[in-house]
Amino acid sequence: MLGYLTRRLLQCGLVILGVTVITFCALHMGGDPTYLYVSERASEEEIVATRAKLGFDQPLPVQYGRFLSGLLQGDLGTSLTYHTPALGVVLQRFPATLELTLCAMLMAISIAVPAGVLAAFHRGRPLDGGIMLVAMFGQSIPSFWLGIMLILTVGLGLRWLPISGRVPLLDPLFAGQFMTALDNFPKAIPYLLMPSMTIALFSLARTARLVRSSMLEVLSQDYVRTARSKGLSEFRVVVHHALRNAWLPVITMLGLEFGFLLSGVVVVETIFSWPGVGRLVFNAINHRDIPLVQAAVIVFSVMFVGLNLAVDVIYARLDPRIRLT
Amino acid sequence: MTPLRHALTSLRRAKWPMLAILLLLVIGFAALFGPEVAPRDPNRQDIIARLKQPMQTDRRGTTVFLLGTDGLGRDVLSRLVYGARVSLAVGLVAVLVGGSLGIFLGMIAGYFGGWADDLIMTLADIQLAFPFILLAIMFLVVLGPGVVNLILVLGIGQWVTYARIARGQTILQREKEYVEAAKALGQGDAGILLTAILPNILAPLIIIASFNIASVILAEAALSFLGLGVPPTVPSWGGMLAESRDTLLSGRWWLAVFPGTAIMLTVLSFNILGDWLRDFLDPRLSAMG
Repeated sequence: MLGYLTRRLLQCGLVILGVTVITFCALHMGGDPTYLYVSERASEEEIVATRAKLGFDQPLPVQYGRFLSGLLQGDLGTSLTYHTPALGVVLQRFPATLELTLCAMLMAISIAVPAGVLAAFHRGRPLDGGIMLVAMFGQSIPSFWLGIMLILTVGLGLRWLPISGRVPLLDPLFAGQFMTALDNFPKAIPYLLMPSMTIALFSLARTARLVRSSMLEVLSQDYVRTARSKGLSEFRVVVHHALRNAWLPVITMLGLEFGFLLSGVVVVETIFSWPGVGRLVFNAINHRDIPLVQAAVIVFSVMFVGLNLAVDVIYARLDPRIRLT
Repeated sequence: MTPLRHALTSLRRAKWPMLAILLLLVIGFAALFGPEVAPRDPNRQDIIARLKQPMQTDRRGTTVFLLGTDGLGRDVLSRLVYGARVSLAVGLVAVLVGGSLGIFLGMIAGYFGGWADDLIMTLADIQLAFPFILLAIMFLVVLGPGVVNLILVLGIGQWVTYARIARGQTILQREKEYVEAAKALGQGDAGILLTAILPNILAPLIIIASFNIASVILAEAALSFLGLGVPPTVPSWGGMLAESRDTLLSGRWWLAVFPGTAIMLTVLSFNILGDWLRDFLDPRLSAMG
């Protein structure tokens, strides 16, 4: 187990190193990045001075070395619009995004798993067809369009839910103020519902299809027949025998889905004016604030890599057939 | 029975895939013959005919705006027809670029193994560590929006999927007798890869490509929505949705409903087509579904 962990950690380190190389290259692909930092009417001397100050006159490998050593000290450069460290700006918005992503994940799982199981049990019957048809549509609707339509119908038409805004939940929790978080909880839900549904739909549909096919495979296994012939109730067969094994491929997918949900936030946060990293990235795009975009990409990638490592380890613990060596 | 006849017979029995293909033909027709099909010039502004509802006529009562007009008085139907070009062209070309690159690298990794395999697969792992849309955003911010950049970024974003499948399939085929035979006959590696192995590994890759076009069209729409896609002068479905946000609060529903429906139907068609192709080309996979 320890050997496996060390190897996986090394692999993750390599991957993150690759992420930094690509991010670094991205900054330099658009030409001399000095021009991002100076005003349009800057004099030639000003440009030369800024270039020297920021180290853009050095050879690229030296610049990359500096970029990397800055990274290790938690320095991802300075945001061009906020004039403060980019990492700080991103991390400050992160709880809002995490909140949204977790809520979307919860929504996707709690609907997709029962739907997938139901469809598998009614294989070939109208209920199965209906669920799969809805799932097919769910995978084909652009998330930002769903957001716009929800705003038009549920928000503006029926006036059931607010179309923008947020009541913080995770921020007070991270600050140790449990009572505030608990107090905010009922107020926060209405704001969370539409954006998280918008982010969740695609993953929900994909996961439901995966649960269904995984379930179908397990249901045809001998041990399920044995459990049934023992006279166990159908509920026990499903929960204790089938679902336990059908979970495995689903868990692997969930790690990837989380990353997918995380990247869906850029568009959805913009639509619902959700004050998270996604909207921050959108604004950074409009202001060509490349260091800020870089910081967000690196934070998301590190998060994604860590999560997939966690999923692999959990997977191995759940499936004793996999020996981690 | 020839493979084509076989496919047609199978299609005739399935009604959803048939519907999907018909729909794609209509959209493809709109994309190819946009100027002939569209009722007006998609960029023609008409201040008097601003924000007309669907089916409304202009003041003289001569022109009917079937799907209404936008905030600049441009005909929504015409823009929709022209938008099909962007979605289909970007989707198809990006998948072609990413697919060829991925298949090429995957076959090399699978056939030769060793350091080439390690290098290519490590690169694939690194790319998978990025949430794709963020990678695309980062490069498009730096390179600037535009059709060519969009296709490159979306295409390069897709190669990993093809490379992994091509590699796995090539490893399976490498040991087969027909490859041995080709080698014994003195055929070179490039010849074996192209004439012997490639035709035998194409089926799963075609299935993936169909689903992939769907997700690339979704990604293109999202990027155009963020202002990173095609320039605003070129009508695109994602761009139309982005513009619809400004008039959303005043209840101009048609500006959001029509382009969104167009994207959904196109993507849905490719997804249904992919499902059918999977059942048709690879019956082992459909045993579960």
